[in-house]
Amino acid sequence: MSLVETQTPRPVTGRGDAVVRLENVSKQYGSGSNALLALDRVSLTVQQGEFVCLLGASGCGKSTLLSLVAGLDKITGGTLDIGGRHVSLMFQEAALFPWLSVAGNVELPLRLQGVGKAERRKRAEELLEIVRLSGFGHKRPHELSGGMRQRVALARALAQNADILLMDEPFGALDAMTRDILHDEMERIWREQKLTVLFVTHNVREAVRLGDRVILLSSRPGRVIEDYPITHERPRRIDSPEVSGQAAEITDRLRAEVARHAH
Amino acid sequence: MPIKYPSARAGLEGTAGEGEIPPPVEKVGVNPQNDQVSGLDALELAPKSDKGTLGKRIWRSTWPKLLAIAIVVLVWQIVVWSKWKPDYVLPGPGTVFGDLGDVLRTGDFWDGVLLTLRRAVTGFALAVLIGTVVGAAVSRFAPLRAAIGSLITGLQTMPSIMWFPLAILLFQISESAIMFVVIIGAAPSVANGLISGIDYVPRTWLRVGKVLGMKGIAQYRHLILPASLPSFISGLKQGWAFSWRSLMAGELLVIVPGALSIGVRMQQARDLSDSSLVICYIIVVLVIGILIDVLFNAADNALRKRWGLTGN
Repeated sequence: MSLVETQTPRPVTGRGDAVVRLENVSKQYGSGSNALLALDRVSLTVQQGEFVCLLGASGCGKSTLLSLVAGLDKITGGTLDIGGRHVSLMFQEAALFPWLSVAGNVELPLRLQGVGKAERRKRAEELLEIVRLSGFGHKRPHELSGGMRQRVALARALAQNADILLMDEPFGALDAMTRDILHDEMERIWREQKLTVLFVTHNVREAVRLGDRVILLSSRPGRVIEDYPITHERPRRIDSPEVSGQAAEITDRLRAEVARHAH
Repeated sequence: MPIKYPSARAGLEGTAGEGEIPPPVEKVGVNPQNDQVSGLDALELAPKSDKGTLGKRIWRSTWPKLLAIAIVVLVWQIVVWSKWKPDYVLPGPGTVFGDLGDVLRTGDFWDGVLLTLRRAVTGFALAVLIGTVVGAAVSRFAPLRAAIGSLITGLQTMPSIMWFPLAILLFQISESAIMFVVIIGAAPSVANGLISGIDYVPRTWLRVGKVLGMKGIAQYRHLILPASLPSFISGLKQGWAFSWRSLMAGELLVIVPGALSIGVRMQQARDLSDSSLVICYIIVVLVIGILIDVLFNAADNALRKRWGLTGN
């Protein structure tokens, strides 16, 4: 059976425009008996301005999915359509370049786009202001804390002025307090900058805290098993009863999915 | 006024809240979220440590070296006092330092130092040029790496003195013969430094580069070359050490008429059985080596500091 299926584009429903559309997307690594199916016929859409969280246990291919959307990797089946839009990607590590100052890192995407020096400076200052790091532009990345570095990475991603921001467990390596505060920051920046975000995490509460939708993926291969709309009023708190309650529900579903792999 | 946030156990606390639903958190007064962020930043930044004044720091790094020199001189003097060898074969520190003072006051000597350093710098510069080009080419093209990758490492382990017979046959007794050996001694280290620097550019950096849209030359200019700098600098440092050694061997073996370099002067002193002068030149070569090493270390440390690779 061929994994590639021809699809007629389905009319997009719902609010806003669909900026990311996946139809039966599959991703297989290797071939023959060594083949590993990472993603199996995943279909999902992300609307303009939406904050979508992809949630799953290990081996659900959630990072693979981001790589595919980012164009770092090729799909092996189905259709992936981002309509030629630009994407930026943030990782668990800030991955700032140590030979550049904080401002230099934020300016780099602009420099690659050929933006002039004065304009670059100005824009980098604005972006650092957005992530509340004004006055840190001259510092070196290593002089900042982990949370601050992650905010610089966010500013750098914003500098790309992309239509879609992909985030791969961006707060996974931070301590709980910092993460909590960065959730507030992320929510604020998403709202103020009208971002479209596809956010990968294995932290259920984080997903419910941040997302308009939480998409639950199964493991090995990754399939969409549930699409939870999260309607609690913003700004949310990670320890509010609504968030905790819904997180508990999703966690149960996730546990059942993990247990399935015991046999 | 503290704001009361609902706790994670809200709803599980039975009658404690008496059915009271906490109001949604509103922004009060002057933006508490901003304060939380900058408060956390301030807490997480390490306080600046006081490293003392410049004078104190210099003294701290200097006195162990002075002590080491004092010990070496003392041991040397003790050996001389023990009459293990006659004075004219192994002169004491007093004699040698006296001779050294005389030598340093002659203009001739400084011409020699200048000649040797000029050779060293020219040879090293050419080695850096060739090493960089070869290193970049090898790391860029896989077949080239398969072809000469291990050859470069092999050349690096080759004692440079082995090249002199061939160099003399190829270039006769000339500057070119010396340059040939200096370059072939240093270039492989430079190439290897660059190759391993490029090989070990962290994968996440490469991914970031891709996401930022870096391709071809831009990727080299903005990512791969700066990222491989620390390894390149240690390659340069090692390359310098090899070229300096090759040069000294060359100056002792390939005596170009009229060129009174340090090596030639040392050879002359040996011919005259002037041990004291031979030791003088050993000290001169050692001091030059140490001074240049200090320069490389300063560059290396400055880079490490900028990158945050230093301890603590």
